[in-house]
Amino acid sequence: MTQYGGTNPKLALSESKGQERIGVYVCHCGTNIAGVVDVQDVAEWAAAQLEHRGVVIGRDYKFMCSSLGQELIEKDIKELELTRVVVAACSPHLHEATFRTACKNAGLNPYLCELVSIREQVSWVHTDKEMATAKAKAMVSGGVERVIRHVPLEPLRVPIHPDTMVVGGGIAGIQSALEIADAGYHVYLVEREPSIGGHMAQFDKTFPTLDCSACILTPKMVQVGTHPNITMLTWSEVEKVDGFVGNFTVTVRKKARKVIENLCTGCGICQEKCPKKVIDDVYEAGLGYRKAVYTPFPQAVPKYPVMDVENCTYFQKGTCKACEKFCPTNAIDFKQQDEILTLQVGNIVLATGYDLFDARRVTNYGYGRLPNVFTSLEFERLSNAAGPTNGNIVLRDGKTTPKAVGIVHCVGSRDRNFNNYCSVICCMQGLKFAHLVHERTGAIVYNFYIDMRTAYKAYDEFYQRVLDEGTLFVRGKVAEITDVPRRPDEDGHLIVQVEDTLAGKQRRIPVDMVILSTGLQPRYDAKETAKRFGLSCSSDGWFIEKHPKLDPISTMTEGIYIAGCVQGPKDIPSSVTQGAAAAARVLGKIQQKEIAIEPVRASVNQDQCSGCRICNTLCPYNAISFDEARAVSLVNAALCQGCGTCVAACPAGAISGTAFSNDQILSQIEGLLLLNVDEPVTA
Amino acid sequence: MSGKPKFAMYWAASCGGCEIAVLNTNEKILDVDANFDVVFWPVAMDAKYKDVEAMEDGSILLTLFNGGIRTDENEHIAKLLRQKSKILVAFGSCANEGCVPGLANFSSIKDMVDTAYSTVSTDNPTGIRPVTAYDMPEGTIRLPALSPILKTLDQVVDVDYYMPGCPPESHQIAAVIDLVIQVLQGKAELPPKGSVIGAGNSTVCDECKRTRNVKTITSFKRIFGQELDPELCLLEQGIPCNGIATRSGCNARCPSAGAQCIGCYGPAEGVVDYGARLISAFASVIDAKEPDEIDHILDGIPDPAGQFYRFNLAGSLLRANKSAWEKEKA
Repeated sequence: MTQYGGTNPKLALSESKGQERIGVYVCHCGTNIAGVVDVQDVAEWAAAQLEHRGVVIGRDYKFMCSSLGQELIEKDIKELELTRVVVAACSPHLHEATFRTACKNAGLNPYLCELVSIREQVSWVHTDKEMATAKAKAMVSGGVERVIRHVPLEPLRVPIHPDTMVVGGGIAGIQSALEIADAGYHVYLVEREPSIGGHMAQFDKTFPTLDCSACILTPKMVQVGTHPNITMLTWSEVEKVDGFVGNFTVTVRKKARKVIENLCTGCGICQEKCPKKVIDDVYEAGLGYRKAVYTPFPQAVPKYPVMDVENCTYFQKGTCKACEKFCPTNAIDFKQQDEILTLQVGNIVLATGYDLFDARRVTNYGYGRLPNVFTSLEFERLSNAAGPTNGNIVLRDGKTTPKAVGIVHCVGSRDRNFNNYCSVICCMQGLKFAHLVHERTGAIVYNFYIDMRTAYKAYDEFYQRVLDEGTLFVRGKVAEITDVPRRPDEDGHLIVQVEDTLAGKQRRIPVDMVILSTGLQPRYDAKETAKRFGLSCSSDGWFIEKHPKLDPISTMTEGIYIAGCVQGPKDIPSSVTQGAAAAARVLGKIQQKEIAIEPVRASVNQDQCSGCRICNTLCPYNAISFDEARAVSLVNAALCQGCGTCVAACPAGAISGTAFSNDQILSQIEGLLLLNVDEPVTA
Repeated sequence: MSGKPKFAMYWAASCGGCEIAVLNTNEKILDVDANFDVVFWPVAMDAKYKDVEAMEDGSILLTLFNGGIRTDENEHIAKLLRQKSKILVAFGSCANEGCVPGLANFSSIKDMVDTAYSTVSTDNPTGIRPVTAYDMPEGTIRLPALSPILKTLDQVVDVDYYMPGCPPESHQIAAVIDLVIQVLQGKAELPPKGSVIGAGNSTVCDECKRTRNVKTITSFKRIFGQELDPELCLLEQGIPCNGIATRSGCNARCPSAGAQCIGCYGPAEGVVDYGARLISAFASVIDAKEPDEIDHILDGIPDPAGQFYRFNLAGSLLRANKSAWEKEKA
């Protein structure tokens, strides 16, 4: 540790010319910062050049965030009577709370501390040491000017409603709901499909253990269905979310099932008698049929069917009513209307999952044009004993067993034309398909892969097993799948054109069936969902977590958690883990009973507000209302999250943000431009 | 000379509209004469700079200074009048924030002069350009030299009060004259130094009678040839009205007459950069998601500088384009 500001700190104390007494602490962060920025020079410079602005001490230290580093600050606050603290270290996301707590421990209001990010914004993004050091000095100078204008703030305390909403009834949501309910708290589980279960309910086997997916999932589904602490809202969608952590008001549309739930016994007679067959695009991936009144699969939870009004003969033509006629308990109600529920919850877990990449987009693979090219979900249904072919792996004609099958990995993933990311599950999925094809048809199986990604427990062993079974692996990206033969042996087959990068040559491999191991992508309506819940999506469309490593299930909106594939592609164990982790976080919040929320809030100067209403639709947290009588807009401090959108948008400058006033921001800019020092910093 | 307090008014880089506005106060102008000794007012009476230079420092009670600072002459007089005046008022948009002459801060002197002397509206067959010095048989005659950028009055000298408007409304000028006279008679006190006088503290919307709703804009259009609802907020109808960010004080004259506010009263209280505020406000209420759609809507504002910085470029955070600014600094 080095300190600057004179060898005798008491001397510096008396010589301070600014009104505030500011301590500047520059962190080495090991070599993270010190490797690029001359931290000693920065601390020394601040103590000397910013002395007239009130800086009484400048120190650099190896790890400011360590307990020793924090104690250093605490000691200075007491001994040097500091009134402001500037810490030049990492991003405020990481350690703002740490240093605020240190200030608080030493009796200084925690909001009189300013973090200057010289790691993320300087050392990690620059290589020129002199320039980086000069930039770090400028940023410290900006931080000093800003902190001078900080005001002491007190956090707001609000009670937490003990109920929780879990949105999405896939495996992640189910896990989350069960954990919270088992702990004794009430959960609303909202699912937009007629049944919970999600994608996992569609699968036949799960990798790498080849457990029957339904066998391990359905007990959990039943548990959810019968749990006294879970209110299941299937065939329902969240329409609106108001409020804030601990106090959300959620509006849910419970779509009309046209079936009276407390009369229906789930006997299934309505489905049996319904004369209308509809192609099942959702559960059966278009390979099978369902009725116009249906439960998507036999083990559906809840057991009550829903009526597909768009395909129901009665609704379309005015006659039929077969279901009503045959229902033994008079549970069919054609007049049933959507119900709007307003629910109070304290926390929300979003587990809305993923959509399958639309394989039609890779036109050279021929899906949708070549009948015997299948997607992964179609294959799941084909191989499922409860599926449309009773588990027989056959071609599109419904009867021919393939003699050679090609499985193409990375369809729509790791491809700059579609999605750059790796969909995580496709390699293992492709291996599972290879095993199932091999086991059930004895066909020759080719797996076309770019890289084999079998991380995680027992995954690579499964790869070895499939290798041992005789599956052929071709390393290379498939260029084209075609039915146009060039050689006699290709007649009547699909031909996979691929560069075999291990053999170093182009190959044309005739097969009967191609399975595209399609990747995962965000739900088609992920952006709207994110907006509804006040979250952000990455450029790919996955929901952004609070911290990619250390807080992957929290979001930037307090009280809203994400679990499962909504955060990014992942396998079942990871989804379950996240569901449980989110539940643990929710339970932790509930048990705090009340929480402190950041006092950084926007407020409207009502004398300056002219009621132009520019801000009225902007607030992502619905914190702005309009007072018609006085013709002014108002910000609800409890709802406001301090994002600053309205502050920036207010044309009259009538809205200001605590801790982000014009004065603070402009002073910080002046500090950055070094208008507060006589000698310019040279790089 | 009488014992009355002294009054001066000066025009620097301006159009003369501010002087007309003062005369528009009609009989009120007689109060000025009754209460003040007018010592310097080039548009109204003959006086020489050397007369002003000869005055004692601080001997003029009130100076209304209009126009921006664009020449060495402007700057000289600004400094001179500051020295000689007790109360210096930046009068009108040019002195406050640069106004339309300030828009030339986007161009170099050469481009500006070329535009003035060579475009189709100018008959200039020999391509003549103004020069600052010209030798005549009788001696060298001189014109003031243009500075690289136009500055506002308070960028050159200390200003006591700011009176916005292009020009300031006559009823506001009359009210200010009344106030100063009352101060002289001991019946009122001057507002704190640095105050904006002769204007409101809110925005034009505050004085506008049109109905306002939640705003979503799907296109911007000009008022010409539009069937507009006379009762409804112009901005909601897609007319890029600047009233939302503009200081009140004009009684919402333009919107009341069916034209959009162009922002002559300058930024509302608390607004640091008027153009930036407006841009972010307009952008906030554009109702579109796709980039192409947004671009298409923005095409409805063909001249963003003219729309958002017409009156305030020189006084904004931007001030000038980079090369002009660097010449000014050098």
